[in-house]
Amino acid sequence: MSKVLVVTSGKGGVGKTTTSAAISSGLAMAGKKTVVIDFDVGLRNLDLIMGVERRVVYDIVNVIQGEAGLNQALIRHKEVDNLYVLPASQTKDKEALTEEGVGEVLDKLREEGFEYIVCDSPAGIERGAQLAMYYADEAIVVSNPEISSVRDSDRMLGILASKSRRAKDGDTAIREHLLITRYAPARVGTGDMLSVEDMLEILAVPLLGVIPESGAVLQASNAGRPVILDENTDAGQAYADAVARLLGEDRPMRFIETEKKSLLGRLFSRS
Amino acid sequence: MGLLDIFRSRPQGPSAKMAKERLQILIAHERASGQHGAPHYLPAMQQEILEVIRKYVHVEDDAVKFEVEHNEQFELFELNITLPEKGEASRQSD
Repeated sequence: MSKVLVVTSGKGGVGKTTTSAAISSGLAMAGKKTVVIDFDVGLRNLDLIMGVERRVVYDIVNVIQGEAGLNQALIRHKEVDNLYVLPASQTKDKEALTEEGVGEVLDKLREEGFEYIVCDSPAGIERGAQLAMYYADEAIVVSNPEISSVRDSDRMLGILASKSRRAKDGDTAIREHLLITRYAPARVGTGDMLSVEDMLEILAVPLLGVIPESGAVLQASNAGRPVILDENTDAGQAYADAVARLLGEDRPMRFIETEKKSLLGRLFSRS
Repeated sequence: MGLLDIFRSRPQGPSAKMAKERLQILIAHERASGQHGAPHYLPAMQQEILEVIRKYVHVEDDAVKFEVEHNEQFELFELNITLPEKGEASRQSD
């Protein structure tokens, strides 16, 4: 049984690719044969975040157009077993992605025994984004605690519910998860940021995890190493929790409270 | 945080609260206006209902309003018809 999982958001810059890299790595580390596909034709970046940019030879468009075999285009991750990357084309036209073409690639990946197929959606609601979510069984909607991101997430949920293959065929609906990223508990505490509860109330989607605002994310992308591999960082641990929940484990949410300072600490701190 | 800030700090300050209120209004509106997976037959149905009503009362195009609300378990469909004031109404059939 293989599952197609789309990571989407509508809005750009909220952490879709960071999340795709972390979640796919986490699933592979849990022993699941996993592939992560970049759907951002023309603006690929997943290869950089995964640290495989120098090993890209063929891409998903080459496979769809029959210029390369699937196994030629799949890049095996050197550090994480069971993990493969299928890059997007940097040069081809966006029109090169077609519904049938993507469907065929997913079928081949299923035949190859992949248990999780993670689709990294581009921003927006154009072709690439629609194809990334079209065949999905589950969706991770990535949202920042920020007004425009929440609005776009709601819009994306509407599209998942109306324009996906499951919606069109009248199948059971896509299983939706909310992943909140760049969360700053201190700012929530001062009333300057939407809280987890606020976002859940508005979007009404089960919470997969909360990733704190963290320097570790930038460091990980600088190094081309999915942040989940940095097991000592807050963001890495929060992603590990999210993967465990995705696999059915029940874990309490972490990193959503500010560290409590004593009264004296508050009186004398200068930060 | 200094001494004075303790007295200034507020548990749920205005800006996040404003964001939440604005989002709630906006999203309710966007969901209702059919951008959120509202049934595709809605505009056609709206037109037909309007025609039926016009058999009996003269109403303007915007007299019939639809709202679709999504909850986790169900969808709530609300139909609002504003009838004209007394005297303006005229039976067109008969």
